[in-house]
Amino acid sequence: MTIALAATAIVVVALLFEISLPWLDRRADRRRALKEARLREPGNSALYDPGRERRAEQRARELLRSCVNEEEWSMYRDLGFIRVWGGQSGGVGGLASRGRDLRGVPYAYLVYPHKPIVAYLPQTGQLLNEYCVEFPDETRPYGSPRLPDSDDVLAKWMALKGDEERLISEANMHLPGRQLDPARVRRDLWRLKQWQRERAKARRSGATAAEARFR
Amino acid sequence: MKFLRMRPGFGEQLLAEGDPEVAEDQERLVEEFRRQLDQGMWAAVPVVNESGRREAEMVRAFEDVPLATDRVIFFPRAAGGAV
Repeated sequence: MTIALAATAIVVVALLFEISLPWLDRRADRRRALKEARLREPGNSALYDPGRERRAEQRARELLRSCVNEEEWSMYRDLGFIRVWGGQSGGVGGLASRGRDLRGVPYAYLVYPHKPIVAYLPQTGQLLNEYCVEFPDETRPYGSPRLPDSDDVLAKWMALKGDEERLISEANMHLPGRQLDPARVRRDLWRLKQWQRERAKARRSGATAAEARFR
Repeated sequence: MKFLRMRPGFGEQLLAEGDPEVAEDQERLVEEFRRQLDQGMWAAVPVVNESGRREAEMVRAFEDVPLATDRVIFFPRAAGGAV
């Protein structure tokens, strides 16, 4: 009895497969056509053009350079981040508005491209918070909402300078170490100190070539 | 005055250009400014303060744009990142 049932089931499955073959073929053709149409779309990431990304980044760097101070530009060029002093945009200030009473102690932010903004105390090097913030362009002109690196840095710089409180209130706040390795941030702070020392020395001696050592 | 917008895959893009003291240009600039804000953009103006340092001002209305400025930069509004 069991054998007869199993044999019947096998025959039924084989017949169903035979019947559905043309339907499966049609479905596969439709999928292939859809995939090809998608590949032809201008914003498709499969048509990723690294040249376009590089050109966009080049333009973004020029814009950043034209907006920030010479020291900040050199910092970004040499170290890959910019330090922005906090509490300069008037009003209450970003950290104070998020319940952090710093009692007038100066604080600053490290601004990295496409990474959280890190708040810290320059006097002690103590890391305060990470602020995860993005500037997604949902029009996705080339399939991605991500701005070029230097545009991301400039957007953070302008928002911190122009309305720190608003930017900080939009960000997701975390303790240090959530996304960025604190050891790496401390190393960046050390690099920043060395860089400033070298810059001051170079300025004193009139030389500027010393910056190249940090590239 | 130039209106620039940061775009993924582009760098900055020129949206509009004109002299805000010319009525026709001003109308066009105001319209473009509103359109960008309606699309959820933030607008910032690079400025130089009294001590010569470069800063930025966020502007929420065309009337807040300093007349002397040569460009307004639009960028997507901030959103909380990876949670």
